[in-house]
Amino acid sequence: MPGFITNYLDKNVHVTPGQYGSPFWALVYILLVFGGVSLAVVCMNWLERKILAHMQVRLGPMRVGPHGLLQPIADAIKLILKEDIVPEGADSFVFLLAPLIILVAGFSVYCVIPFGPTHAITDMNIGILFMLGVSSLGVLGIVMAGWASNSHYPLIGALRSSAQMVSYEVAMGLAVISAVLMTSLNPAGTGTLSMIGIVQAQYAQHTWFIFKFFPLGFIAFFIFAVAMVAETNRAPFDLPEAESELTAGFHTEYSGLRWSLFMLGEYAAMISVSSIAITLWLGGWMRPFPNLLQGPTWDLAFSLFPALTFFGLAAMTFYSTMRMPKHPYFRIQTIGLGAFGGVFVLIALILLIPRVRDGVQDVYWFVAKIAVFLYLYIWYRGTFPRYRFDQLMRVGWKVLLPLGIGVLMATGIMGLRTEIWDFVHRLVHI
Amino acid sequence: MPVLKNIKAIAKGMSITFMEMFQPTQVENYPDGPGPLRGARFEERYRGMHVLQRDENGLEKCVACFLCAAACPSNCIYIEAAENTETNRVSGAERYAKVYNIDYNRCIFCGYCVEACPTDAITHGHGFELASFNASNLIYRKEQMLAAAPAHMGANAVFNSADVAGGAPALPVQGS
Repeated sequence: MPGFITNYLDKNVHVTPGQYGSPFWALVYILLVFGGVSLAVVCMNWLERKILAHMQVRLGPMRVGPHGLLQPIADAIKLILKEDIVPEGADSFVFLLAPLIILVAGFSVYCVIPFGPTHAITDMNIGILFMLGVSSLGVLGIVMAGWASNSHYPLIGALRSSAQMVSYEVAMGLAVISAVLMTSLNPAGTGTLSMIGIVQAQYAQHTWFIFKFFPLGFIAFFIFAVAMVAETNRAPFDLPEAESELTAGFHTEYSGLRWSLFMLGEYAAMISVSSIAITLWLGGWMRPFPNLLQGPTWDLAFSLFPALTFFGLAAMTFYSTMRMPKHPYFRIQTIGLGAFGGVFVLIALILLIPRVRDGVQDVYWFVAKIAVFLYLYIWYRGTFPRYRFDQLMRVGWKVLLPLGIGVLMATGIMGLRTEIWDFVHRLVHI
Repeated sequence: MPVLKNIKAIAKGMSITFMEMFQPTQVENYPDGPGPLRGARFEERYRGMHVLQRDENGLEKCVACFLCAAACPSNCIYIEAAENTETNRVSGAERYAKVYNIDYNRCIFCGYCVEACPTDAITHGHGFELASFNASNLIYRKEQMLAAAPAHMGANAVFNSADVAGGAPALPVQGS
């Protein structure tokens, strides 16, 4: 095989393909991440509709495939086949460009998300800054979409959306800074903005930053967790898309594939902000208790989790297969569901192979944490009523922003205290 | 502490939605559900497709008085009356409805015909799958709406087969 493929596979390489300078493997990672995120969006779409339905004692999609499992595929086919309408009087160039901007902003962020110590497309020394910067570009797409539609609702929706995103970004940034401050409390003594560096700092300090300086880390995480829901325009902060007031907000005039690009961008943004929160406060790719529960036994125990997850999914699938109606009308669906369970068992068995088992550890824990966040998104949407716009602004500017500044200052003081304490300690020992 | 109170309230709300997720659903899994109704459930007073009732002798209750047609606000009931004769006895009274059509393109299921009926002949059933690709299929004839004959009717037919051979109706059933 040519060298540009095999070089990166060398055992001594412990960096991301971007840092190593391997365009081939960077491309492979990009395709993997793009495909993985698209698949996650499809799964999320189905799960959201199902979970939300069951929270509201409904059934959700049931018609396409067993328990509506093929519904996202049917939706995708429908959206692709639908007519792509550009409204009369719309600025067609800007109108067509807007969804692409949102999509590009949503997906560029994945360049620096570390799914494992080497499983990132690249690692930048300004990683977190890059993420915040690029994900803010989405506002531009929203404003463009709202303005170019030449319609009232999209314009109002875009105004609301941009106001909301800009104001919550401030609180978000303050929370992020307090986490970045914590990275400088390494024994090495230097802070970092690199996403991989932040996770390694948590490993070095033997704690997730959510528990650091309790409750400071937790409050910062809480600010971020609220701001991130507002950033992605999700319930209860979904004013830009408030159906009862603005039909669909900034994407009212979009149809077909372009509308689905907006949806894809929104869900991709949800996953990316969740991964920022995970990287900064919840230990990134690290499994629970990487320092406390060390040793080969614990390593083995935790490395069985991916296989167990898939065995659990398979068990759920087989249980539903048994509960399918016995009518001959459902025979193909029942067989299909059983085969689906079989695929899960196969994946679980593959995950039991020692090499694979150790290889997917980091990715598994990262994805598991993302899954928890995505469930929370759905849970919020099922629980909370929508905020009024003035309430939204009050929460953003009058609660989260002062809280963020307070946490930032308190973190600085605590950090300084730790550093001085260490310094005095060292002086005494000399 | 109002903050603690709020946290408690939020936790309570979220736990309610979480618990609700595992509860049985309120909606019916209609076309794929179990049973002959395929999961659909009805209230007793549901106003579905009409049923023309029979009396205990299996004769039609409808006496072609036209009160239902007069009460109908959308004017969708069409009746042609005929006299009962010795050889052809269809209803218990003097006249019977030779033709009784309901146009379900126009029927609004208001139930006024049922209220107007002096003999309780027309009632609302639970039939609801009335959709059709052809509007002319939506004009239902009497034979499609008549209730089935009581189960005991015609049970003696085996014993008086001579009467049956002689022309007496063993089963006074028209349609289903």
